[in-house]
Amino acid sequence: MPVSPMASNAPAPAATDPAVIRNFCIIAHIDHGKSTLADRMLQSTGVVQPRDMKAQYLDRMDIERERGITIKSQAVRMPWSLNGTDFALNMIDTPGHVDFTYEVSRSLAACEGAILLVDAAQGIEAQTLANLYLAMENDLAIIPVLNKIDLPSADPDRYAAEIAGLIGCEPEDILRVSGKTGVGVEELLDRVVEAIPAPTGNPDAPARAMIFDSVYDTYRGVVTYVRVVDGKLSPREKIRMMSTGATHELLEIGVSSPEPKPSKGLSVGEVGYLITGVKDVRQSKVGDTVTGAGNPAQEQIGGYEDPKPMVFSGLYPIDGSDYPVLRDALDKLKLNDAALVYEPETSVALGFGFRVGFLGLLHLEIIRERLEREFNLDLISTAPNVVYEVTKEDKTVVTVTNPSEFPEGKINEVAEPMASATIIVPSEFIGSVMELCQGKRGQMKGMDYLSEERVEIRYWIPLAEIVFDFFDLLKSRTKGYASLDWKADGEQTSDLVKVDILLQGETVDAFSSITHKDNAYAYGVMMTGKLKELIPRQQYEVPIQAAIGSRIIARENIRAIRKDVLSKCYGGDISRKRKLLEKQKEGKKRMKMVGRVEVPQEAFIAALSSDGAGSETGAKK
Amino acid sequence: MPSILPLGDPAPDDGRFPAEVGRRIRSAADAGSPRTFSLYVHVPFCTVRCGYCDFNTYTAEDLGPGASRTSYADTVCGELDFAAEALRASDIPDRTLETVFFGGGTPTLLPAADLVGILGRARDVFGLTADAEVTTEANPDSVTAASLQELAAGGFTRVSFGMQSAVPHVLATLERTHRPENVPAAVGWTREAGLEVSLDLIYGTPGESLEDWRTTVEAALALRPDHISAYSLIVEEGTKFGAQVKRGTVADVDPDDQADKYLLAERLFAEAGYRWYEISNWALDPDGSGLHRARHNVAYWRDQDWWGAGPGAHSHLAGVRFWNAKHPAAYAQRLATGISPSVGREEPDAEARFLERVMLGVRLSDGLPTAALEEAPDGGAQAKREIAAMIGEGLLDGRAALAGRVVPTLQGRLLDDAIVRRLAGF
Repeated sequence: MPVSPMASNAPAPAATDPAVIRNFCIIAHIDHGKSTLADRMLQSTGVVQPRDMKAQYLDRMDIERERGITIKSQAVRMPWSLNGTDFALNMIDTPGHVDFTYEVSRSLAACEGAILLVDAAQGIEAQTLANLYLAMENDLAIIPVLNKIDLPSADPDRYAAEIAGLIGCEPEDILRVSGKTGVGVEELLDRVVEAIPAPTGNPDAPARAMIFDSVYDTYRGVVTYVRVVDGKLSPREKIRMMSTGATHELLEIGVSSPEPKPSKGLSVGEVGYLITGVKDVRQSKVGDTVTGAGNPAQEQIGGYEDPKPMVFSGLYPIDGSDYPVLRDALDKLKLNDAALVYEPETSVALGFGFRVGFLGLLHLEIIRERLEREFNLDLISTAPNVVYEVTKEDKTVVTVTNPSEFPEGKINEVAEPMASATIIVPSEFIGSVMELCQGKRGQMKGMDYLSEERVEIRYWIPLAEIVFDFFDLLKSRTKGYASLDWKADGEQTSDLVKVDILLQGETVDAFSSITHKDNAYAYGVMMTGKLKELIPRQQYEVPIQAAIGSRIIARENIRAIRKDVLSKCYGGDISRKRKLLEKQKEGKKRMKMVGRVEVPQEAFIAALSSDGAGSETGAKK
Repeated sequence: MPSILPLGDPAPDDGRFPAEVGRRIRSAADAGSPRTFSLYVHVPFCTVRCGYCDFNTYTAEDLGPGASRTSYADTVCGELDFAAEALRASDIPDRTLETVFFGGGTPTLLPAADLVGILGRARDVFGLTADAEVTTEANPDSVTAASLQELAAGGFTRVSFGMQSAVPHVLATLERTHRPENVPAAVGWTREAGLEVSLDLIYGTPGESLEDWRTTVEAALALRPDHISAYSLIVEEGTKFGAQVKRGTVADVDPDDQADKYLLAERLFAEAGYRWYEISNWALDPDGSGLHRARHNVAYWRDQDWWGAGPGAHSHLAGVRFWNAKHPAAYAQRLATGISPSVGREEPDAEARFLERVMLGVRLSDGLPTAALEEAPDGGAQAKREIAAMIGEGLLDGRAALAGRVVPTLQGRLLDDAIVRRLAGF
């Protein structure tokens, strides 16, 4: 047995020379093995004993573990010794998904270096590229690593060349590891010590620490993860949040290794957690600067932004009496999610619910799933939409987060949010990707060959097109090879209209959609056709129409039902037939009346969900 | 009866009933509207299982001790003895049978002597009224002139033939074994034996055209039966048809097509002197006396009492519904060891009873008395508003409603379940 090179004499928090601290994160695509590698590091450094090991140790939420993705980041302090010196390595786990770019940027700002982890069988993906750019912008030292070299399909030489071309290193400098077998992990930890600079900062200046994560814990309240930039934070001292000026008592301060361990404080360059007793992550916002209340710093660290929801959807309980449960559930989730915004709304068709703002589609899906799973709710979510700025003829501007708010009457112009999208695909798919993007009203901004076979294509494209079925279409047109990254990027005025869906002449607000004029007809035909299939025949003929204002653009008819009777009713059938009727009575409770048309809840769910949210992560599982 | 048993409470092994049952029966008699008593005998044997059939029936000749074709009659007689004993022990007043119905399966797969023997035992233990209606179902190819004579001599009054269709390709799809020409012969022998004739028809079979159906109806009418039942084909889960429809190898039934066929049948039957008295039943009734109605089935729809003997058979006594073990061997085994063949029992609550009464009553041309709606939780206020609305919509007969009865119109008959839902307030 080789002697484990873990530190025999781990440096103690609050008393660690910054020179032996290394703060780093791992940049990786969603299934390139980051969590497995992190697990392996926990084992190699001895902070987690093999018997306590569970897969993806750091991903605490069930959903994270099941989907193999990281939603919330965390920081772990690990001892490591190299050439007789004991080091403290702080690994800051970063979310891997585009919805959480802002959180990624704050995590990167807490580090001096990053491990660029790439699957040796798949090569770099668009989101990894985006985060790599962010890291290089932040002047982070990059350690390129090819993972999963144990896979039979691994092609490390090919992808080493690709990475070398991207970051300007030699292909042979790229480490080759396997998180699964542990090959190369110790060399990697050595490389972290060698290649990543020690933090710098003024130990004597007033304390400044940047919040890079903030997590609500049922028992302890909000746990805030910080990186100390200057000075020192000590237990029991009063701290101040610089964005709001609010002061809090420091109830506990410590480091994670990976279970929380109180310490005598955190000094310059260190990474750890704070507990102040606040109950809402909004009082401890990612990006904010923490300082001492007694001797406050004058300047914030910078880079703080309020999270901005990009995608909106209405969430309604299927059982209307669950509305208070939904409200309480959202209030609880909000404690742990500073990006979650919502306000009550009413739909004629769906009753009472909330219009909820999300960072993106994955965020939407995660919230929805947590509401259903953790709070036992059955929900309908309306088709996701973006925020439009509508200028009316009288020059007043209306912000539309829900199609039903789209103003009636003359409209001067409608501005829609745009996104910069980066797509990486094998070069054989360039044509189909361009065709798709053009069809989705995208404007091409550039194209670069990453290698002979792989191309990065950049488009400026309406966000509304991306949040619908774009990712699904992209995957299916590229045999699953394409990867996509996007970020919000300005707005443009477009020829947008609201399409209403009418049942027997009555608008069903839940089905209204804002769409480009050229797509309105297709939407109308699709939705009326779908509803015709989903709504059972009624005693009367039910016309289904799609309309822009008063102009009908599509129409279907549900013919009147002609036979609604069980023809046979023998002696033994009586119990059965009664039970059938009783079941229909239950089913009736799940019907919504639109005018005098009975619409099953299932019709709303099916009509609203199939082309909407949920496709993106589904494709990545 | 359907082969899937409902969920209910377990029935006691001694088969006894709560005292309430006897009290209800006595008080109905005292009030001048006695609850009538009938017997249903299930015979779970067939030579072939038809693709659409979900009844409790088996093609094997021997299903275990007491459940072979040869021993079956004895087993059923054992149940009749058991029933009489359980009723007496539960202090339920003796009542004479007004109707007896042998269904299946194919009852006529048993020797006529066995059917007569079972009927004889029923007469011995319960008694049979002088004008009792005694029916057996039969397949047109499972009777002979001699067997029909024997049934008539033994006390049977009526035979209900599973004619289903007069069109060979429809019979083939239904997997019926008889040929169209078997039917007139069987009907002729039945008449000669002095028995009444009823014909069962099925419409809406995949591949059956409207003309095919007209052929069937006309062929049936040409035989001048006393009674006709016409049922739309229902694709039940768990049948061969159900599986084929699910796989898409056979087209599902088309309710619009069935509606057209129902309307055609009603027109042709009415022109020939047959009147509907239940959604799917017509009796030869030129003078409106209702003479040829199937009294046994009317008892079901009028919420009367009956004992159901045989595996999976359902019974009803004054608000208590119960049913026997489904498999013939399990059924026979229980009787052999002296315990009640009944495995499940339920006593629907007031709301469920109300729903049953509405559901059964509005199937009939005699209709549901509007007074019955006053048993609704709201005293019938909403149901009465719905009656008015449905008269306006053409679903209910306005004149009948004024006379105190809820009777569906022809259009209403096709939408009868919707009428039930609205009267029951959902």
